[in-house]
Amino acid sequence: MEDEQSFSDICGGRLALQRRFYSPSCLEFSLSCPRITLRSLTAVTCTVWLAAYGLFTLCENSMILSAAIFITLLGLLGYLHFVKIDHETLLIIDSLGIQMTSSYASGKESTTFIEMGQVNDVVINEAIYMQKVIYYLCILLKDPVEPHGISQVVPLFQSAKPRLDCLIEVYRSCQDILAHQKATSTSLEGGDRIISASNRRSHSGMGAYWHRQEDKR
Amino acid sequence: MGLVSRGAAEAGLGAASAVDRPGPPDAVPNPTPTPPAEGADPGSSRPSMVLKAFFPTCCASADSGLLVGRWVPEQSSAVVLAVVHFPFIPIQVKELLAQVQQASQVGVTVLGTWCHRRQEPEESLGHFLEGLGAIFSHKPWFQLCRERGSKSWSCKATHWQGPASPAASGEDQVMLIFYDQRKVLLSQLHPPTALPNRQAGDTTASAGGLAAVFDTVARSEALFQSDRFDEGPVRLSHWQSEGMEASILVELAKWAAGPVCLFLACLLSLISAASACRVFKLWPLSFIWSKLSTCEQLRHRLEQLTLIFSTQKAESPAQLMRKANMLVSVLLDVALGLMLLSWLHRKDLIGQLADALIPVADHVAEELQHLLQWLMGAPAGLKMNRALDQVLGRFFLYHIHLWISYIHLMSPFIERILWHVGLSACLGLTVALSILSDIIALLTFHIYCFYVYGARLYCLKIHGLSSLWRLFRGKKWNVLRQRVDSCSYDLDQLRLLVVAVQGLIHLLVDLINSLPLYSLGLRLCRPYRLAAGVKFRVLEHETGRPLRLLMQINPLPYSRVVHTYRLPTCGCHPKHSWGSLCRKLFFGELIYPWRQRGNKQD
Repeated sequence: MEDEQSFSDICGGRLALQRRFYSPSCLEFSLSCPRITLRSLTAVTCTVWLAAYGLFTLCENSMILSAAIFITLLGLLGYLHFVKIDHETLLIIDSLGIQMTSSYASGKESTTFIEMGQVNDVVINEAIYMQKVIYYLCILLKDPVEPHGISQVVPLFQSAKPRLDCLIEVYRSCQDILAHQKATSTSLEGGDRIISASNRRSHSGMGAYWHRQEDKR
Repeated sequence: MGLVSRGAAEAGLGAASAVDRPGPPDAVPNPTPTPPAEGADPGSSRPSMVLKAFFPTCCASADSGLLVGRWVPEQSSAVVLAVVHFPFIPIQVKELLAQVQQASQVGVTVLGTWCHRRQEPEESLGHFLEGLGAIFSHKPWFQLCRERGSKSWSCKATHWQGPASPAASGEDQVMLIFYDQRKVLLSQLHPPTALPNRQAGDTTASAGGLAAVFDTVARSEALFQSDRFDEGPVRLSHWQSEGMEASILVELAKWAAGPVCLFLACLLSLISAASACRVFKLWPLSFIWSKLSTCEQLRHRLEQLTLIFSTQKAESPAQLMRKANMLVSVLLDVALGLMLLSWLHRKDLIGQLADALIPVADHVAEELQHLLQWLMGAPAGLKMNRALDQVLGRFFLYHIHLWISYIHLMSPFIERILWHVGLSACLGLTVALSILSDIIALLTFHIYCFYVYGARLYCLKIHGLSSLWRLFRGKKWNVLRQRVDSCSYDLDQLRLLVVAVQGLIHLLVDLINSLPLYSLGLRLCRPYRLAAGVKFRVLEHETGRPLRLLMQINPLPYSRVVHTYRLPTCGCHPKHSWGSLCRKLFFGELIYPWRQRGNKQD
């Protein structure tokens, strides 16, 4: 089943969060970023062409104008193919792993898959960015040497940059699946104990942990 | 055990007349009544597990049969490698699997049944299939079923407890993951770059499930040897069951490679022995050989060719890639060199170059003389003191005079020398570039001498200035040392050009030497061979049916390909990067435009 909600990002742009529920163990979140607007495109093109025309009146060389057109076209293509991200997708499959896909405006897709064995936890961190305090969702990877340590932090939804309300939605669903995954993996090792929440809090100083408050709901 | 066939199944259990039964009527042993398939027991302490079944896409349209593959208990996943079709004799299947297990060290077993039928299976077939579970006991026992012509799949995984304990046989949910068997077989997984303070051995611990899948498929080649047209007792379905893939050219090349490699290896060993003989170790010759970049490049190429044509096989995929990269790089080099040669000869550029050389040399010498006159005199100049100015100026002028005389002496022979040098382009573009670099070095040696003197003086003055700056920031202002020298910047233009051109040529040669062309070509044309990881796509899903995923290979980005498979060069690569070149020019450190041996280890 599928549902769509509308949120906003940290700069105030509109985001659409699409959630697809394939099965209790497979969930997909798709966050689409604000599109490139006609206004900004026109503004950039006009600036470049005005500058080129100014140079042309100085140098009287018509190559400058053709070069300006060329640069604008190439710049636009390069921007659409390498820079502008259209939507970002997070696919969580219980007992397999977490996959992040970024689709660019030109259709290119870049995918990263992290196996469940490497995932320690999914948390919301807060960070100070210039004059703002922002929240971001990230995956904590296990340290192969130390079982409860963390080796790497992988931030999610870096181009969309949603606000906290959107992040909480994603976070809750991720934690449901991760809890189920941890329950089955510990039962494999034997024993019937319930996973204590303290297990999930055992990593050191990375910022505020929102699941502390969420557990009280 | 008798012959088990679908005919027997459809006619009901224990039927005496199957179509082709060779021996005495055998009865398929009656399966014990199936214990009621229970879902997760409310009283059980185990939450329902999700099992993963990796299914090859080539078997999705195969006829019904048995699933053969490997069960990985740590990941609770089953990797299906092939499907055994009816009719078969269980003993022969077990023998085949034992053979494969021995040959490939992979624990291949029968995992379950596969049913590809037109409509829902009948009750009797269901019992029959479960009966097979008793013959080939495996926990858990998978039962995959697909309706012909539709996309609805169903699968069950049961834990067969055996006739003794009919209770507590649980059913687990199964997730189907489709994979392309050929691509996974040929692909090589590159784990993400480990953190700097981890050793290489640690990566195996975190490699985990997907690496196990790739490993299983890659090592089970023995299972894929038999195809549909073989007369063996067991009929398998896998990616090569339509016939083994092979190419005539590849087979011919493999057959011819042995003798050719042997011949070339002997030839190369003769050449290396000749070059290592005592004559070349005498002092003046060995000094010259070590300084000329042409000799370095030739030695490097000889080493590479020896490695490529060595008669022992490569042990690991990384070594194979390295050999392939070297071979492609050598071939491209020779091709570019031949193109250069044909272009030079077509336009008769050598003659024109030889004719133009003398007037250019004369012109340069004249300009230098003017410059030195200007430097020796007032108002601008070296500004050390009048006598020192005169000494240095006269010294440089004498250098230029010697050089001009040398050029005029050589002028009748220039064209012949250049023609022979041009022939060396047959050995490769890098050799031609190295020779060009050496010629530039020899022709502009006098300029290099000026550069050395000037750079040393400039260096001294920079040190003086920096101590002055420290002093200024610190305590006292020494009036005696007030002077700013601008002389060195004037001489820089010509020197900068020459030294920069030499540095550029060296960097270009290093680039051609070290770029892994075969790996880049492979990444471009067969991206599934170099895998950075996998990506999953969820296929059409209906409620009540198992979840189906498609696993595709995520290719390695180009930057990582270059970084992983870069060939080691023998030149001064770390010393002569662009940044260090500029830094040395600015601070007046000496740049040695010839190669320094022994600085870089392979």
